[in-house]
Amino acid sequence: MTAPTYLDHNATTTLRPEAIAAVTHTLALTANPSSVHGPGRAARKILEDARSKVAALVGARPGDVIFTSGGTEASNLAIRGCGLSRVLVSATEHPSVLQCGGDTIHVDGNGVIDLAHLDAMLAADDTPALVSVMLANNESGVIQPVADVAAIAHRHGAVVHCDAVQGCGKIAVDMAALGVDFMSLSAHKIGGPAGAGALIVRGLEGGTACHLNAISFGGGHERGLRAGTENLSGIAGLAAAAEAALNGLDAFARLSVLRDALENGVRALAPATVFISDGVERLPNTSFFALAGLDSDTQVMSLDLAGVAISAGSACSSGKVKASAMVKAMNMGNDLATAAIRVSLGWPSTEDDVAAFLSAWGNLLKTKDILTGTAA
Amino acid sequence: MTEQGRWNKDSPLYLDYQATTPTDPRVVEKMLPYFSVKFGNPHSRSHHYGWEAEEAVEEARAQIAALIGATPKEIIFTSGATESNNLALKGVGRFYKDKKNHIITCVTEHKCVLDTCRHLEQEGFDITYLPVQENGLIDLAVLKAAITDKTVIVSIMAVNNEIGVIQPIAEIGAMCREKGIFFHTDGAQAVGKIPIDVDAMNIDLMSISGHKMYGPMGIGVLYVRRRPRVRLVAMINGGGQERGMRSGTLPTPLCVGLGEAAAIAAKEMGAEAERLKMLRDRFYAGINERLSETYLNGDLEHRIPGNLNISFAYVEGEGLMMGINELAVSSGSACTSASLEPSYVLRALGVEEELAHTSLRIGLGRFTTEEEVDYAVDKIAREVTRLRLMSPLWEMAQEGIDIKSIEWAEH
Repeated sequence: MTAPTYLDHNATTTLRPEAIAAVTHTLALTANPSSVHGPGRAARKILEDARSKVAALVGARPGDVIFTSGGTEASNLAIRGCGLSRVLVSATEHPSVLQCGGDTIHVDGNGVIDLAHLDAMLAADDTPALVSVMLANNESGVIQPVADVAAIAHRHGAVVHCDAVQGCGKIAVDMAALGVDFMSLSAHKIGGPAGAGALIVRGLEGGTACHLNAISFGGGHERGLRAGTENLSGIAGLAAAAEAALNGLDAFARLSVLRDALENGVRALAPATVFISDGVERLPNTSFFALAGLDSDTQVMSLDLAGVAISAGSACSSGKVKASAMVKAMNMGNDLATAAIRVSLGWPSTEDDVAAFLSAWGNLLKTKDILTGTAA
Repeated sequence: MTEQGRWNKDSPLYLDYQATTPTDPRVVEKMLPYFSVKFGNPHSRSHHYGWEAEEAVEEARAQIAALIGATPKEIIFTSGATESNNLALKGVGRFYKDKKNHIITCVTEHKCVLDTCRHLEQEGFDITYLPVQENGLIDLAVLKAAITDKTVIVSIMAVNNEIGVIQPIAEIGAMCREKGIFFHTDGAQAVGKIPIDVDAMNIDLMSISGHKMYGPMGIGVLYVRRRPRVRLVAMINGGGQERGMRSGTLPTPLCVGLGEAAAIAAKEMGAEAERLKMLRDRFYAGINERLSETYLNGDLEHRIPGNLNISFAYVEGEGLMMGINELAVSSGSACTSASLEPSYVLRALGVEEELAHTSLRIGLGRFTTEEEVDYAVDKIAREVTRLRLMSPLWEMAQEGIDIKSIEWAEH
């Protein structure tokens, strides 16, 4: 078997060499960034340099960055820490947002948030609210109109959180232009190590930020908003990945060429394939599609045996076979929902990866046709 | 900064092993492949990369469980001991709140336990903060008297981060089990340093930190007993990882690192403790040989081998720290040492404010050598002697004047 083909970069992506170097270097150091002695101050400097690099990725100020253990913690911190009991979330949010509760904002048939519904929800009830809408969906790659969401929310006096875990590092992000108050980031989705992330709080540096309380306590780290010794190597890796991702945004945008080639190849093999959300703005690396009658599990297992790693939606912990939340929210019907697979490219992906996928998927189709007796 | 704690005389000599430990090179080596070729998400259930990562995480879980006599399913990965302590207290407290709302802890606990308890007070919990004796240990009779029928959990640290004293964990555990109360211990400074057996000691919950036991930062564990079952409300929700107790993608390399650190500790803890005790005794004897009027804070016998906490009378704390700035030591815990407040732990022992100000915490560890100990002793002894020669108080004390009896004139 040739080298396996990894096409599940939205679950986790290959570490960038810059991140590996930063992590390896930092792991060899000994110091707690809270210690006042020389080694402690050197560790503190690594932390503060990292803050600048992470801020630069999203156009924020270094003092706006609160390091966390990852995207899930960042989103929990924003939603639980903002002190607002009314929370509105879009139907296709990541579980880290959905499970923090709240009322559901509808999405349309493409998975794009229904702005009129959001407006109506906010108009109907003037309880102070937090609106949480993701920048890009982890399964379909759909990019939400976050700036519009923020404008509507702010008009009603609501606060806005954006889970940018899948969007940032893949498309240009300017937090001020988007107008969101809180933004979650994750290292391991942008080529950094798992175990590090950040909540960006707009205006924290200038003292104009929205209200935020810590959800864990002790030690006063991260401006008292996130307790615990900072994961220095993880944060250094996050920063190196953020810098590399920022410099690599053009290259990442060109992944759409590979993605389109992949989709054209799939279309040629099976014209009946439905490409989910392909009519709206998507991340350049993500393809989410379904062929009725060819269920997701059969595909991921056959492809894995053929050395191609993909997934049937998000890499959740459940292990249970269930239809994609995204597709369900879009009301696409059960036969498509149970057939959808996600192919997500990453910064190291090449034409060979696309060819490997098409070859394996094509073989699967032949087998399936033979099994169901529909072979020509 | 020191590389792996090894001293090359161009960088400060690292003697702050209670603040953080170097990541053992063997641990780093085991972690590195999981940053590069084995980068899968352990929750990906559909392909080889995910399974490979999951297998590594599960091996780590088993290694950690073996070190403390637990089963792998009782090991919940967190981002560190601070999160573990928060989860243990808030999680258990909130779950059982309708029936019981009293929590017992101790005044010398780590800041994150105390801060969490303060927040729980605002949520309506009653908290008893047990005092400690002059040696830093709690009095079991005082603990027993503090227990009520509303007590849901007792949280007493196994080893103190500043003075290294070992609390009577087994006795506390037995008392709690008998009364049907959960027992949580912050084991951040203990696990991997002294033998801990959760069954023998009747521990129901225990917090573990990666970077205090030669593993990486950013990873920790909350041990949660399954029989009798401990239930808790999660703090971080999302994908439902870690049996719903802690959501978020597990950082495979960090889990692997902590697992390997636990495996190394299980193998080497005994010999390492002996070696560190020898170095610690050498350090303490060296100081006492060269200096008078030094005071050891905390019990010497019930203490981890890698810690000393000594106050030097008649010197000024900041001056001492400046004078020995080529030694990376700490005065008070790292988390609070940026403030110039005297250590609350030493104050709780009844150490006078002036002596608390001149205390040094000396943390010895896996990579500390005899040569480093001798160098540090000489450096400290010289500096304390030099500062005392400039101190009028020291001069008066030498002349036999009782400083405390002086009534200073007001200006």
